[in-house]
Amino acid sequence: MAFYKIITGAALAVALAAPALAQDNPSVAARQGQFKLYGHNLSVVGGMAQGRMEYDAAMAQTAADNLFHLTRHDQSRLWPEGTDSSSLIETRAKAEIWENLDDFTAKFVALQEASVALQAAAGNGLDALRPAVGALGQSCGACHEDYREES
Amino acid sequence: MKPAVYGLLALAVIGGVTGWFITRPTALPSTVSDRLTGDAEAGERVFLASGCASCHMGTDDGADPKLLLGGAAFQTQFGTFYAPNISPDPDHGIGDWSQAQFLNAVMRGVSPEGQHYFPAFPYTSYTKADPQDMADLYAYMMTLPADATPSRAHDVAFPFDIRRSVGLWKVLYMNRDWVVTGDLTEQETQGRYLAEALAHCAECHTPRGALGGLDRAAWLEGAPNPSGSGRIPPISGADFTWSAFDISAYLETGFTPSFDVAGGSMAKVIANLGQLEKPELDAIAAYILRAAQQ
Repeated sequence: MAFYKIITGAALAVALAAPALAQDNPSVAARQGQFKLYGHNLSVVGGMAQGRMEYDAAMAQTAADNLFHLTRHDQSRLWPEGTDSSSLIETRAKAEIWENLDDFTAKFVALQEASVALQAAAGNGLDALRPAVGALGQSCGACHEDYREES
Repeated sequence: MKPAVYGLLALAVIGGVTGWFITRPTALPSTVSDRLTGDAEAGERVFLASGCASCHMGTDDGADPKLLLGGAAFQTQFGTFYAPNISPDPDHGIGDWSQAQFLNAVMRGVSPEGQHYFPAFPYTSYTKADPQDMADLYAYMMTLPADATPSRAHDVAFPFDIRRSVGLWKVLYMNRDWVVTGDLTEQETQGRYLAEALAHCAECHTPRGALGGLDRAAWLEGAPNPSGSGRIPPISGADFTWSAFDISAYLETGFTPSFDVAGGSMAKVIANLGQLEKPELDAIAAYILRAAQQ
């Protein structure tokens, strides 16, 4: 039994010494899930814009509606202090977010506005969809450029 | 003194003279510029492909990518480099440069004052460019708006602050040979020119040695971010599985195949490169896949 005690003790020591995983933090897990859902819907409207799939007005509208609602999800509990990339592994959220919360918020509002425009355009044909998807992508990129670690 | 000491002294003098000689800034032959006339309209595509604005535009949100006032900081292991003002302002930018001086700067890394530029400025890539394209680029850049913001001095520690030492660096690492060689298709050849000479993908996507030279044996295989934290992802090797369609679509729209959106320094790259014609982006994609086979 002594052998098992040593193994258990060693495993416990490793577990205690390991840096905090982002997945252990419910706020981080939730916000990463939110971004996965953005991507899941972007794969429809972005896929049509890129020519990966045929344009379908109803599918495009559904995905754009989803993006509209997803970007209305209240963010207040998703970004607690201490959940940046220097505090947790497996998050790429830079500490600069919390140093520039006004700008971060403004960039999120720009995403919300782009999703309104996409919702209005998505069902009106591929030529209407493409620039609206491009603008939405740019609003994503504007935030990634300043506030997300390279990888 | 013993003869051996004289011998050593003589060697030191020869070494010093040789070192002084091989590290001297060498200009392009003036005849290269003399026979070229730049076309500003054609230069816009060179400007977009070469990514000048990615580094030299202002740092504020919503900054105009055609107002090249500089100021962006690049923190490296050698110190912090600040992108200079390259707008056509005659006092603080490059407005008083001749075409020959411009060609020397971008293709040889030599300033109008005859000093070496630090290779944070990717003349190591532009040296492979067609001089006509660089003349077109000069003509185009002289049509852009001027700005009188002074350039900020680089903050580089000894011994890297000795400009002359860059001459030795150039001897070691400035290589005008194409990295990807062999029997390339016309499209791959066009892509190689765009990627290796103009867009300088390798400057971030290829790892560097201790002195900052690109490791040509690990071409495009990903690297630590040369100016900040994190890593620049591989675009060659086993971990890179994108198709030509994926690469071209990403450069055009910023969406990855899993519909993530480009960020970091790549966001700025795409803002410029994405304006090229689709066949040019397809050519870059063809080149990248060809490079992965080498």
